[in-house]
Amino acid sequence: MAAGVAAWLPFARAAAIGWMPVANCPMPLAPADKNKRQDELIVLNVSGRRFQTWRTTLERYPDTLLGSTEKEFFFNEDTKEYFFDRDPEVFRCVLNFYRTGKLHYPRYECISAYDDELAFYGILPEIIGDCCYEEYKDRKRENAERLMDDNDSENNQESMPSLSFRQTMWRAFENPHTSTLALVFYYVTGFFIAVSVITNVVETVPCGTVPGSKELPCGERYSVAFFCLDTACVMIFTVEYLLRLFAAPSRYRFVRSVMSIIDVVAIMPYYIGLVMTNNEDVSGAFVTLRVFRVFRIFKFSRHSQGLRILGYTLKSCASELGFLLFSLTMAIIIFATVMFYAEKGSSASKFTSIPASFWYTIVTMTTLGYGDMVPKTIAGKIFGSICSLSGVLVIALPVPVIVSNFSRIYHQNQRADKRRAQKKARLARIRVAKTGSSNAYLHSKRNGLLTEALELMGTPEEEHVGKSTSLIESQHHHLLHCLEKTTNHEFIDEQMFEQNCMESSMQNYPSTRSPSLSSHPGLTTTCCSRRSKKTTHLPNSNLPATRLRSMQELSTIHIQGSEQPSLTTSRSSLNLKADDGLRPNCKTSQITTAIISIPTPPALTPEGESRPPPASPGPNTNIPSIASNVVKVSAL
Amino acid sequence: MWAEGESEGLQTLGIVVVLCSSLKLLHYLRLIDLSDDKIEDELEMTMVCHRPEGLEQLEAQTNFTKRELQVLYRGFKNECPSGVVNEETFKQIYAQFFPHGDASMYAHYLFHAFDITQTGSVKFEDFVTALSILLRGTVHEKLRWTFNLYDINKDGYINKEEMMDIVKAIYDMMGKYTYPVLKEDTPRQHVDVFFQKMDKNKDGIVTLDEFLESCQEDDNIMRSLQLFQNVM
Repeated sequence: MAAGVAAWLPFARAAAIGWMPVANCPMPLAPADKNKRQDELIVLNVSGRRFQTWRTTLERYPDTLLGSTEKEFFFNEDTKEYFFDRDPEVFRCVLNFYRTGKLHYPRYECISAYDDELAFYGILPEIIGDCCYEEYKDRKRENAERLMDDNDSENNQESMPSLSFRQTMWRAFENPHTSTLALVFYYVTGFFIAVSVITNVVETVPCGTVPGSKELPCGERYSVAFFCLDTACVMIFTVEYLLRLFAAPSRYRFVRSVMSIIDVVAIMPYYIGLVMTNNEDVSGAFVTLRVFRVFRIFKFSRHSQGLRILGYTLKSCASELGFLLFSLTMAIIIFATVMFYAEKGSSASKFTSIPASFWYTIVTMTTLGYGDMVPKTIAGKIFGSICSLSGVLVIALPVPVIVSNFSRIYHQNQRADKRRAQKKARLARIRVAKTGSSNAYLHSKRNGLLTEALELMGTPEEEHVGKSTSLIESQHHHLLHCLEKTTNHEFIDEQMFEQNCMESSMQNYPSTRSPSLSSHPGLTTTCCSRRSKKTTHLPNSNLPATRLRSMQELSTIHIQGSEQPSLTTSRSSLNLKADDGLRPNCKTSQITTAIISIPTPPALTPEGESRPPPASPGPNTNIPSIASNVVKVSAL
Repeated sequence: MWAEGESEGLQTLGIVVVLCSSLKLLHYLRLIDLSDDKIEDELEMTMVCHRPEGLEQLEAQTNFTKRELQVLYRGFKNECPSGVVNEETFKQIYAQFFPHGDASMYAHYLFHAFDITQTGSVKFEDFVTALSILLRGTVHEKLRWTFNLYDINKDGYINKEEMMDIVKAIYDMMGKYTYPVLKEDTPRQHVDVFFQKMDKNKDGIVTLDEFLESCQEDDNIMRSLQLFQNVM
């Protein structure tokens, strides 16, 4: 529950009067206001700067330093104020957190100093409000990366003693500066990539004429030499690929990576060519395969950081480029269609079809204007001019915008991803807070049960087991308890709910047990078929068992006289749980476990309640009588 | 196949296109104005700031002391700096107290019970007046207020549908994870029991007198009405 609305708790409790006529059972007593005192101002002196606030403001968050009794350690008797020898700037944010319920992160503040202060005051940084959370996380990540870089550079200088041969090889491949051998290997492969690429290029240059035949490209003239060069390069590349494959920590992942695919594609044509030299039919395909040799140039990207960044940028802006392409395509199709129909009238028109007009449109829109296709009709010329004007706008204008968009959208995408990831974390936080407050209620309910049970057993001096809840919390829990009473249903947590459902579905209800069951012979096994007010014995014997499973304390439970087939299971689980329930500070030596029977009259009398409402005098007298029927299940 | 008229037609089409685009260009240059769509600017209606009447007046009108009014106002102003609560804020605040289930319907009915003048917003005076009745009022006043809460359409009678709505809203606050599991007709049964008790002349509606009478007969209700005496 946010502390800001703690001020509205009186209103919520007052509004609970609206439930009273509807409720059919008596309400629990309100928690007594033991130490009610008038709200007072307290002075917090932080390194000389005095802050003043109401005491109740600080008590909104009882699990922080300022909200708990821990601040008493800082109380200065002489000046009657709390003195903290800490940073007053950050304290301002901390105090605002108490006032408004939102923790902000000031941008000028150093992240580690801020973290230190939050840790001192016992505030978790996760509570930082959404307005500042992103900034905080960014700074934190930068800091962490900086620390990691520092650590890495420290680590790199030491020698890593126990790396296996395979790991050293992988490190050598990934980071050529680790050893001289790696550097040599790096340069050698680089050289051979360059040689291979140049060979491919020079191969096609016309190389002078052999007398008696037409001009030959160098590749055919010096084919042996080129073949040797190619073989040498491919050898080197193959060896390199196999070595990388051997050294990779995760071979499967390596095989799937882009670089390895490029490697494979670069050397495949050679081997395929070796296999297929004599087959004339596929020589056409073989020639095509040679094109893939140009992919060897991409191997340079291992050597060049810039290429990798460019590739990554293109990949991340792929959607924007795709959209540009799509809009261009739309424009091209529109104009091509228009030009085709405009030029259809003229004779000897080159615009023979719409796809043929595509070429004209593209050439015009990119302002190339080859001139191989020109419109001849007036309409064609008008549309052609519109086409070229719009081409200027469509292509030339967005290019610098897109270039700047690259960086902007790139960062935006990153931020959007971050926000999406943080959204999940944020929702999880909200859910945790919600379940936290609901769990706090269930927890305090059990604790309240325990304390009342202990009180009933005559140990009044027992201190509060479990953490003492603040007044606001106890009032809030009282409110929830009233709601439970109004509706005759109880809050349980999710696991309990599912356990109940599972158990009820696993049960075979004996139909002769109670009169209320006999009217429903065909009880299905889903728990939703269970009527809420059917006070059957069977579910109830489960109920205390399951409740005991969740409650880790003793409670007086009365074991039913009638035997139930399920009782064995419940008893065994009772045994199990009561063992855990042994508390060191419990003074009673025997563990008495008993299930309080449910009064059989139907309608809306409360079901198994081990905490009798103190307001009504009736059940109070039952407790001693029930206690006398207790079956002591000992030696657990 | 293609008559001369076709390319003529296309020529006119071209001229039309040129004209339209030039008009649009002039519009963008704001030399002429062609727009007829109204831009909806969402004015923030909640910039109203309301200040309550003086402390002495409120003290006279309600059963609270000055100190208590101060504490109440501080909390109120903290959550609603503009001085009024609208239904959304009300629902959010109320939902924070009931994390298990959905408190919006009950908060809706509650809001309309607080908003006596049905203006759609609750000022501090309304808030404090209602609280004064609930916490410091006589039994009669409390029961009358509760009757007003249940009477959704404020016609002076509670019929079964209204009661169903209220009870359903209360059950909604419990959420899904309850023991025993909430069945579909649990609220209906609850309402039936209520009506059996309250509706004296069995005419299907509960009037204020029937309500007051039945409540005063029931000890549980009387006792629980006194429960929140010391809330402030």
